[in-house]
Amino acid sequence: MPLQVSVVSADREVWSGEATMVVARTSIGQIGILAGHEPVLATLAEGEVHVTTSENGRVSARAEHGFLSVQNDVVTIVAGAAELV
Amino acid sequence: MGAQLRVYRQKIRSAQTTKKITRAMELIAASRIQKAQARVQSSTPYARAVTRAVSAVAAYSNADHPLTTEPEQVRRAAVVVFASDRGLAGAFNSNVLRESEELTKLLREQGKEVVYFLVGRRAVGYFNFRRRPFLESWIGDTDNPSFETAQEVARTIVDAFTTPYEDGGVDEIHIVYNRFVSMLTQTPEVVRLLPLEIVEGVEDPGAQQVFPLYEFEPDTATVLDALLPVYIESRIFNAMLMSAASKHAATQKAMKSASDNADTLIRDYTRLANNARQAEITQQISEIVGGADALGTAK
Repeated sequence: MPLQVSVVSADREVWSGEATMVVARTSIGQIGILAGHEPVLATLAEGEVHVTTSENGRVSARAEHGFLSVQNDVVTIVAGAAELV
Repeated sequence: MGAQLRVYRQKIRSAQTTKKITRAMELIAASRIQKAQARVQSSTPYARAVTRAVSAVAAYSNADHPLTTEPEQVRRAAVVVFASDRGLAGAFNSNVLRESEELTKLLREQGKEVVYFLVGRRAVGYFNFRRRPFLESWIGDTDNPSFETAQEVARTIVDAFTTPYEDGGVDEIHIVYNRFVSMLTQTPEVVRLLPLEIVEGVEDPGAQQVFPLYEFEPDTATVLDALLPVYIESRIFNAMLMSAASKHAATQKAMKSASDNADTLIRDYTRLANNARQAEITQQISEIVGGADALGTAK
């Protein structure tokens, strides 16, 4: 089952879709998320979040000072000024 | 042309030009409501994500955070008033200002000192006119509020809240804003923002969907530390967006009734002008007839 990923900024949903893998940099190090990952709530550090979509594409987003939550294969990346790069 | 008639015609013309202006403002406001509403809509995923996360942390940690702790004694309370920059919006500004006055009275009765943060030129004008002090104000970003302003407001009030009373800090923060209920109804609303009660908006996980046991990175306290200011920001941003949508709706309603009133005025004055014109003609005829009569009998 693929991951449902959404990247959300304060004023809009920047990107959402299905993905096979999400790699992000949290304040204590890199974290990689595949389907079936345990629920996580982490604060993000500087750096980009990379999403590998189901069609094998890549989406990168900047989400500084945001956070990331994983629950039941739903990944939400939230930051006040999130944007795609 | 009779003096009476000229006065009526002047009034008709003046009502017509006013109507043109109010009609234009009505149309502008109507198009802006759509945009403002769309912005409220598009900010909900963020608000929902933030609220969910805060609820999740709050459910699994009993960590005392300065932003959620009730102070032992509330000596000074701050009121954040969300008004607009421009008037001509019916009762929009007076509603929110009246609500804040009532809140002030209530807080004073409880023996609290009240300080203000103002958003919107109308609120600042109201306070300046009455020579009442306020701590800080933000002007020029109410029609189409940006997230940066919301962040700035949030930072300022969180700073004020975390400063001890002795150094001029506050123990409680309330916000007063107009909530957008529908195109026709906007109600002023008072919410105590800090200390935070994470009751409102907490999603009920439901019977089968319990909040999962989250792994927190780096740890609960740090995540909560990072999340709560973000939550405050999102609440402030939501209040600003709601206030903007309400303002446009109020403007539209006020300008619609102004245009309608102008129509009534024009109709009434047109009738009066017609009356005056007929009276003038009648008078002229009777003068001619009377004159001819007088000439006839003089022969």
